[in-house]
Amino acid sequence: MSGYLKIDHVDKTFTRGSQQTEVLKDITLRIDRGEYVSIIGHSGCGKSTLLNIVAGLVRATLGGVLLEEREVNEPGPDRAVVFQNHSLLPWLTVYDNVRLAVDKVFSGTKSRAERHAWTTHNLELVQMVHAKDKRPAEISGGMKQRVGLARALAMEPKVLLLDEPFGALDALTRAYLQDSVMAIHQKLRNTVLMITHDVDEAVLLSDRIVMMTNGPAARIGEVLEVPLARPRRRLEVASSPTYLKCRQRVLEFLYERHRFIEAA
Amino acid sequence: MTMPLVKTAPSVALPPATATVLRLSTPKPSFVTTKLLPALGAVATRTIPPLVMLGLILTVWQILCMKPGATLPAPSKIWSDAYDLIVDPFFVAGPQDIGLGWRVLTSLQRVAVGYGLAGVIGILLGTLVGQSVWAMRGLDPIFQVLRTISPLAWLPISLAAFRDSQPSAIFVIFITAVWPIIINTAVGIRNIPQDYRNVAAVLRLNHLEFFYKIMIPSAAPYIFTGLRIGIGLSWLAIVAAEMLTGGVGIGFFIWDAWNSSRLSDIVVALVYIGLVGFVLDRIVAGIATVVTRGTAAN
Repeated sequence: MSGYLKIDHVDKTFTRGSQQTEVLKDITLRIDRGEYVSIIGHSGCGKSTLLNIVAGLVRATLGGVLLEEREVNEPGPDRAVVFQNHSLLPWLTVYDNVRLAVDKVFSGTKSRAERHAWTTHNLELVQMVHAKDKRPAEISGGMKQRVGLARALAMEPKVLLLDEPFGALDALTRAYLQDSVMAIHQKLRNTVLMITHDVDEAVLLSDRIVMMTNGPAARIGEVLEVPLARPRRRLEVASSPTYLKCRQRVLEFLYERHRFIEAA
Repeated sequence: MTMPLVKTAPSVALPPATATVLRLSTPKPSFVTTKLLPALGAVATRTIPPLVMLGLILTVWQILCMKPGATLPAPSKIWSDAYDLIVDPFFVAGPQDIGLGWRVLTSLQRVAVGYGLAGVIGILLGTLVGQSVWAMRGLDPIFQVLRTISPLAWLPISLAAFRDSQPSAIFVIFITAVWPIIINTAVGIRNIPQDYRNVAAVLRLNHLEFFYKIMIPSAAPYIFTGLRIGIGLSWLAIVAAEMLTGGVGIGFFIWDAWNSSRLSDIVVALVYIGLVGFVLDRIVAGIATVVTRGTAAN
């Protein structure tokens, strides 16, 4: 297995004064092109730190990240991030938020008209064209997250990084957005790395689920393949024995073998 | 546990209603009742209370200063003394005998130059201090000391440096207005959410793009707070500076009137200064609401 995105023996230690906290310990993970991989773990286990290392927003203390055999150690549009709290710029309209990314990434390769068409196309993909002239404060949380997704997709990233993208949404909106993400993944076949703490979300969306042990010095505890055929339909899949078995495995990992003690 | 089944009566279709609907004629709401009256009401609630208070104050003033031997002129005396100044702000009757409107415009010109410079340099320096930890450590203590110096204390220094009253007055305006702009801009830049910085990093915005696409809009509410304090201070300082430097401005007019004991003229000039200061503040506040609409709504 070659691996399109390689996370290679990554350690991360935060230093504050003389105090050192080891957050991640020896994380190695290979993700193939077009694969959808989720990272699940209790809060505080460093999964967001891992995503930030892949994004280049945080430097690994040891080890590194390779994308198509090239080391990446600074942020770039080839690893677009959908942030947990949408991070849209509130002074720009929905269209301008996406357009900013399009203008920056395709300034040399696409004409003005092409950039406009590409912006609109990506808003169509997440069904947000109707609100393109609204500002982020005027649309709902789910809509903001969809715009964040459109902005990330518009960069045509090699890897799409989703940092608990649906964490702050209500259950119905979350389900709707998960379906959107599945449909988009089906259509574009992007490589996706998603952070989540929702077991159903992980099983429904992923090809593989990476389960992390509790911190400090969190490691990859177990990697689970989800052998469910795509396209997956929420209602059909939910009752399939494979789904239930995968779900069971993740639950056992999270709640029996690696219970989150601090939460008690 | 099982619930006992309750037998419900089968639903019966109701016979269709046979009553005819009578259309009652409602009076069509006219433009006057729906738009004009509420608008007039809103204007009245905002203007009538201050006008009433103003009337009261003028009355008290009139009563206090009416008796012979009063040191200050009563409103009625001011009206008769300074009638030409009040009714025509833009008369020209000689090189030093011009309407207060012209004098205010001259002062405003100086303020515009000094305040404009303070705005540009203040925002740039504030950005530097807000963005760089070392610039903050080096410059912030110096700014904190310099900003407490009274505008007038700068005047002798600037007169010595520029050897002319016009640039000296402008410098005093600049040095007065620049501190709140620097300090507020720096706070605004320091408070840019990490999220926006992350977005900029992922997009690989360069320094210039980051400056005008992320920093300035994000810090705009803070910057405008500084600009608003700055315009108020400028207007305070110009009057004082002109009193000392002379020329045509409204500040010198007051000094001149004092020297020739025209107290009524001074009162009229004070009213002018107050009104212009109020308008300046409202203009900057108005620009701020337009520009920071998006940011403030978040």
